[in-house]
Amino acid sequence: MDILSYGFMQNAIIASILASVACGIIGSLVVVNRIVFISGGIAHTAYGGIGLAFFLGISPLLGAGVFAVVAALIMAYITKNDKHRSDTVIGAMWAFGMAIGIILIDLTPGYNVDLMSYLFGSILSVPMADLIYMGVLDGVIVLYILKWYRQIHAVSFDADFATSMGVKSDLIYASMLVMSALAVVLLIRVVGLILIISMLTIPPYIAERRSNSLKGMMIYSTIFSLIFSLVGLFMSYTFNLTSGASIISVSAVCFFLSIIYDRVKSIK
Amino acid sequence: MINTEKIVTVEKLNFSYGEVKVLTDVDMSIHRGEFLAVIGPNGGGKSTLVKILLGILKPDSGKVSVFGKTSGATGLIGYVPQDVSAGRGFPVTVREVARMGRMLTKKSLSDVSEIKFIDQILDNLSILNVADKKMDDLSGGQRQRVLMARALAIEPELIFLDEPASSVDLHGQTRIYDLLAELNKKMTVVVVSHDLTIIPKYATSVACVSGHVHKHDEAEVTEDMIHESYGVVDGCPVELVAHGHPHRVLKEHDH
Repeated sequence: MDILSYGFMQNAIIASILASVACGIIGSLVVVNRIVFISGGIAHTAYGGIGLAFFLGISPLLGAGVFAVVAALIMAYITKNDKHRSDTVIGAMWAFGMAIGIILIDLTPGYNVDLMSYLFGSILSVPMADLIYMGVLDGVIVLYILKWYRQIHAVSFDADFATSMGVKSDLIYASMLVMSALAVVLLIRVVGLILIISMLTIPPYIAERRSNSLKGMMIYSTIFSLIFSLVGLFMSYTFNLTSGASIISVSAVCFFLSIIYDRVKSIK
Repeated sequence: MINTEKIVTVEKLNFSYGEVKVLTDVDMSIHRGEFLAVIGPNGGGKSTLVKILLGILKPDSGKVSVFGKTSGATGLIGYVPQDVSAGRGFPVTVREVARMGRMLTKKSLSDVSEIKFIDQILDNLSILNVADKKMDDLSGGQRQRVLMARALAIEPELIFLDEPASSVDLHGQTRIYDLLAELNKKMTVVVVSHDLTIIPKYATSVACVSGHVHKHDEAEVTEDMIHESYGVVDGCPVELVAHGHPHRVLKEHDH
């Protein structure tokens, strides 16, 4: 267990745990509410925030966070008020966020060596400051789900019924997108913007098949995320591979294996 | 028994989806104890009207009052939607769905009593045997009954059901309407339905929604009156169209 004695590896494991909690909770909401495309849009729009942060010389995660939350609010408004055009608008925001990020980085003096780590993740180089930031965001997500679980549960299952029971469904929906934005920021360091969507969908998908409740799905999903992250991390270290891609590859292989397992089980 | 207390009143209600007007100058009321059947042509605004009364949709203009409140008579109104596919792919058991509404009100009991209460409702609807199953594993008819259990579990005084028998066979339909007639002894029932053959047997009043809904409290609900073959005006059976308007008829009825 020599690798555990390295500080960067300890940080990477802590980052994996923090990211897994966000994946488990928010990923489950993303899957059951079918907001995968929206979450992808939020993640990629956040790149504009990273570009702006580089340009202004502030924390890239802070820039990504602000951009992602604003994008989430805009997407919540659009999906509720212009449902039929929402995917077009989200697609446009997705591309514009990336474009503005690239332009701002072009305009930033000097060579930004860190750039790729935000696109594809760099869990082996997460600094303590980012871990603290991730921990705070995790805290917000956990408090959010504990406080409003019943309302979130009802809206995710049947928004009309929840509204008829006096729940502010639109507000809950918007809050779910904002929480997705926070999860995106949490995951940037682990798998990068490009690959985030798979971390928000693969573990919850596998978990959903094995759970009888949303709560159970969140717990299983957290465990699966952690396993995938740690195995991917180990692979990345051992074979000198890109960490984000390694984690996603492990997740994807397990995803296909779980599908095969479920099919075989249903035939029997 | 129907009494004179109006628990729902609608005045000058207008609603449109974008440029398309769906409901125009609707005035109507529902009395405590009624078994109201809401009928009308596709696109006439039946489901829209119910969703407005439930607070799911906001009208463009007009007044809506349910139990004296302009919005949020939470805990007094049960709702069984037409679309039973809601929540597909959602990991949840039948018992948990049945509790869902109660969890949002302050009606929850202690854990053991709560489960007993829920199980009794599931038993009344003949779905106690699937209480621990996932919703995804149920048939359309079973899902519909679970959603009915969810509405009944909040112990409402008024229940809206949108096409409650659309996912069941003929025998199942009769069972559902018999159950609704039984419930009508304790609560006001509003059913949106296309099934014009079964309504006269159960409904104490009928409203046909086709852009408008106007009151007409004198006539009786008869099979001829609401049968499509009898003649249709503006998408509504001709006998229900009074004074050039669509119509709402009311008859005294004892179950």
